[in-house]
Amino acid sequence: MYVRDTSQGYGVVSRLFHWSMAIAIFAMFALGVWMVTLDYYSPYYNAAPNFHRSLGILPLIGLLVRWLWRATNVKLSSDDLSPFERKAAHATHGGLYVLMLGLMISGYLISTPDGQPIDVFGWFEVPPIIKMPGLESSAGYIHRIIAYVVIALAVLHTLAALKHHFVDKSQILNRMWFGPPRPAINPEGESH
Amino acid sequence: MKIVMTAFAAAAFASALTTVATAADYVVDTKNAHASVNFRIKHLGFSWLAGRFDKFSGTFSYDDKNPDASKVKIEIDTTSVNSNHAERDKHLRAADLLDTDKFPTATFESTGVKSSSPEKATISGKLTLHGVTKDVVIEAQRVGGGKDPWGGYRDGFTGTTTLKLADFGISRDLGPFSKEVELTLDVEGIKQ
Repeated sequence: MYVRDTSQGYGVVSRLFHWSMAIAIFAMFALGVWMVTLDYYSPYYNAAPNFHRSLGILPLIGLLVRWLWRATNVKLSSDDLSPFERKAAHATHGGLYVLMLGLMISGYLISTPDGQPIDVFGWFEVPPIIKMPGLESSAGYIHRIIAYVVIALAVLHTLAALKHHFVDKSQILNRMWFGPPRPAINPEGESH
Repeated sequence: MKIVMTAFAAAAFASALTTVATAADYVVDTKNAHASVNFRIKHLGFSWLAGRFDKFSGTFSYDDKNPDASKVKIEIDTTSVNSNHAERDKHLRAADLLDTDKFPTATFESTGVKSSSPEKATISGKLTLHGVTKDVVIEAQRVGGGKDPWGGYRDGFTGTTTLKLADFGISRDLGPFSKEVELTLDVEGIKQ
């Protein structure tokens, strides 16, 4: 099993980052849309936002580590993409990273401008940085708008991956799901 | 005789003028925050939840010889709602509660004052909140007044009224114990 990425596929670290982030994005979106509709007397009225807040902090840390990991690994080949597809893929990936960071920062700013920390599953607390009455409402608008854009991009990204896999019969989905092909098949791959 | 009559008329006129002048105009001292607009509402029927509006302005006229001629006008910036919890304040501003995007201002303007003693009065007036204007009655009490130590003259009052949220078109169900909110205005005015 490859830990690091090769030019032909993603190593296990990148794949874990990718798929856990994918689950987190869709799950957090659904949780967020649902939790704001809860009745005051719902048993989940406090638990759902607590979970959303806690789970939201983890990918913020994950995202930064993932950036570092991505920057220190080899870039995968994109030879089988047209120039347009390559540009679109770059824009979507870059957009997703920037927007997800914006999503998490805006979420953090909904909970903390009163000077209260965010408690993460009771494990640790993220301290407030900016104390500013009223900031939570602006942060809330931004959080909601970014959430919809991120989901739209994630769906676009999913559809593009499925198109490449089923229509173009390319390795794009396999190299994120299975990782790099075995060295016997692909002599260029690193040994492990 | 004619001269005496003229002098008498002049004296009467002058005294009438001074009577008008004693119904002095005051500006509520929001600049140095000797005033507050507070509310409290029962939480689950177990306790009182208190909050306030941080930004507001007001003027009143007051004559201790004729308190029934007093007038008061207060304008409140509803976006400045502050219950010392950012996420709750965000919700208070949202569409299902104060809807401050649509209704950023609440006003109270007195229509009549009836004093029951030199220190107590009921102030009738129109309160506009959440875009709905309703007649309300504030039970008011004079706290004190006189020369301040810095060359000015001040008078201060406190007043309380109770509102039904539904009367003002606020439909969010906060539970059976939280349908009414108590509003308390503490104001100190500086004579102009």
